[in-house]
Amino acid sequence: MSAALAALPRGFLARYEAGGGRLSGDRAARAAAARALAAGFPGPHDEAWRYTSLRPLAEHAWAEPPVATPDPAALLARFDAIDAPRIVFVNGGWREDLSRPPAHWRRPDRAGARPGTLARPEREPMVALNTLFAEDGALIELPAGVDGGTVLLLHLALGTAEAPFACHPRHRIRLGAGARLALVEASVGEGVYLHNPVTEILLGEHAVLSHARLQDEAAGGFHLATLYGTLARGAHYDGFLLALGARLSRAEAHVTLEGEGGRVHLNGGQLLAGTQHADFTSVVRHAAPACASRQTVKSVLGGMARGVFQGRIEVAREAQKTDGYQRAQALLLSPDAEVDIKPELEIFADDVKCSHGATVGALDAEQIFYLRSRGIPAAEARAMLVRGFLAEALADIAAGPARTMLEQAVELWWRRQQP
Amino acid sequence: MLLIRGLCAEIDGKPILRGIDLEVPDGEIHAVMGPNGAGKSTLAHVLAGREGYQVTGGSARFDGTDLLALEPEARASAGVFLAFQYPVELPGVGNANFLRTALNAQRRARGEAELDAVQFLRHVRSELKRLAMADEMLKRDVNVGFSGGEKKRNEILQMAVLRPKLAILDETDSGLDIDALRIVADGVNALREPGFSALVITHYQRLLDHIVPDRVHILADGRITLSGDADLARRLEAAGYAGLAAEVA
Ligand SMILES: Nc1ncnc2c1ncn2[C@@H]1O[C@H](COP(=O)(O)OP(=O)(O)OP(=O)(O)O)[C@@H](O)[C@H]1O
Ligand SMILES: [Mg+2]
Repeated sequence: MSAALAALPRGFLARYEAGGGRLSGDRAARAAAARALAAGFPGPHDEAWRYTSLRPLAEHAWAEPPVATPDPAALLARFDAIDAPRIVFVNGGWREDLSRPPAHWRRPDRAGARPGTLARPEREPMVALNTLFAEDGALIELPAGVDGGTVLLLHLALGTAEAPFACHPRHRIRLGAGARLALVEASVGEGVYLHNPVTEILLGEHAVLSHARLQDEAAGGFHLATLYGTLARGAHYDGFLLALGARLSRAEAHVTLEGEGGRVHLNGGQLLAGTQHADFTSVVRHAAPACASRQTVKSVLGGMARGVFQGRIEVAREAQKTDGYQRAQALLLSPDAEVDIKPELEIFADDVKCSHGATVGALDAEQIFYLRSRGIPAAEARAMLVRGFLAEALADIAAGPARTMLEQAVELWWRRQQP
Repeated sequence: MLLIRGLCAEIDGKPILRGIDLEVPDGEIHAVMGPNGAGKSTLAHVLAGREGYQVTGGSARFDGTDLLALEPEARASAGVFLAFQYPVELPGVGNANFLRTALNAQRRARGEAELDAVQFLRHVRSELKRLAMADEMLKRDVNVGFSGGEKKRNEILQMAVLRPKLAILDETDSGLDIDALRIVADGVNALREPGFSALVITHYQRLLDHIVPDRVHILADGRITLSGDADLARRLEAAGYAGLAAEVA
């Protein structure tokens, strides 16, 4: 392991000894987290971190978020059109003045709402950091049978290159039996910062959570998000993540299907340019029979960008009739762009249907010619095809605020790429 | 209108077109027939500007301009349209958006005003109706999940919307049912007037019963080996390529 990777967590640990976050987990979790960090950050020999290096984190001395923050109005404006209750965090802290909170939500507190038990600080280094430094977050708990409608969860970050800061929010979404929620989450920002959220999702029997996430962090930002989910019988988690911001990002998801007939979708899109690096890592564990998991990740990579998709499906012996499906598609717009795709299947049941596939390529010359033969200039033809590829990625998301937000983000990204 | 002289083209050093001479005057419809692998699609592609062919000799002029010197999009704006033998699927690209982008790109290139969404829809709807196509076709992605016949009809819709001066139809009839064949033929015949010419590549007399050609050319082994009036196609149907060659010789 390189010296930088070994030393990096020490800076954080020193700060921890001077006082951790308001929500630092219980004694055992804290100890596990500290132990994990003392061992250093994982390097390329760690299978889970083979394609994504945390080394760039060492370029900054991460401080607490500034107490006084500039006005986030400009960042908020792009969500004006979404007419739904909203929970707004700025630099990791809840902002009552900007929020219109929904029913059934509260902030975690030391006494009643400790970080949950799904997170594994001993296994995931960024979760270890979060465990030590979590200050704030959102707890959304819907009682059985309640339809929570749409809720917007916003993370705004306002940093500067001179004073980089780290924030480690801890969220928990718990839906009772038969409850429903459409959670629309977005992370946007300016400057240099580390946004390291951990989200725990617990779905009761036949609960349905649709969870659309937009990661459009600042160009100098770091986004390292970890999500843990557990689904009871017949529950449905429908997740979509669009990653187009940040210098370095990783979205890690660990979802367990605990009850018969659960369904999980972990779909995503990556739009990267320049020297951006984005990683989408997932582990779906089928622990009960007759569950389905679906994953389609589409990446558009330009410049020297690098996209990573690691997807692991684990099927336990008792999880007969599992239906698992994984597909990765990457469109490379430049010869210097790179994609790493690592699907893994670990199957202990015998009656299962699991498949994965990957396609990587440049724009299709035949398609470009077809468009040009109709009078469409070459550059416009290429643009149409890239947008078509992106439109396909969003095609399965039901019309509504999430779809609109993601389409606008794609549009904005596209305009940013034009010279 | 279209004047091809001694056109030679290769693919990876392999000669495919070996000196094509062909003239399609203004307002005329010519049929090109010929055995599989003769070079018919190659001729169509070279005229439309597809990459991958090396033109090693000869010329192709369209209304006096050197067609081969133009980019594919410029050929389209100049009025050349190719209906593909194998239309290409464009996932994620809506048919309506595709048609409107193409039409407006051509109009822009010709210095004409672009059509707004309302004007465009009015235009495209009337063409759809004429081709007995459902409005629903506009909402779908270009050719994605279309049946073979629907793809061919979609080519004709594009032709109808774009109103070219020269349409090259590469086996647009293959895969069409009898009613669709008539509709496609009507679509071509509707454009038949001074200022419109067509090069109709086909294997079957059936299409030429509906679109009666002014001339029929037989392309074999990279050359036009025989030309004649509409009757040539009928003789070909009866005798086959080998039989016809023997007849002529
Ligand atoms: N990309 C290619 N590489 C090598 N040879 C090619 C390529 N494309 C076409 N050819 C060859 O060029 C010749 C002419 O092909 P072309 O498609 O023009 O024939 P065609 O007359 O249209 O036949 P068909 O009636 O079957 O459509 C064939 O021998 C074909 O194999
Ligand atoms: Mg052909």
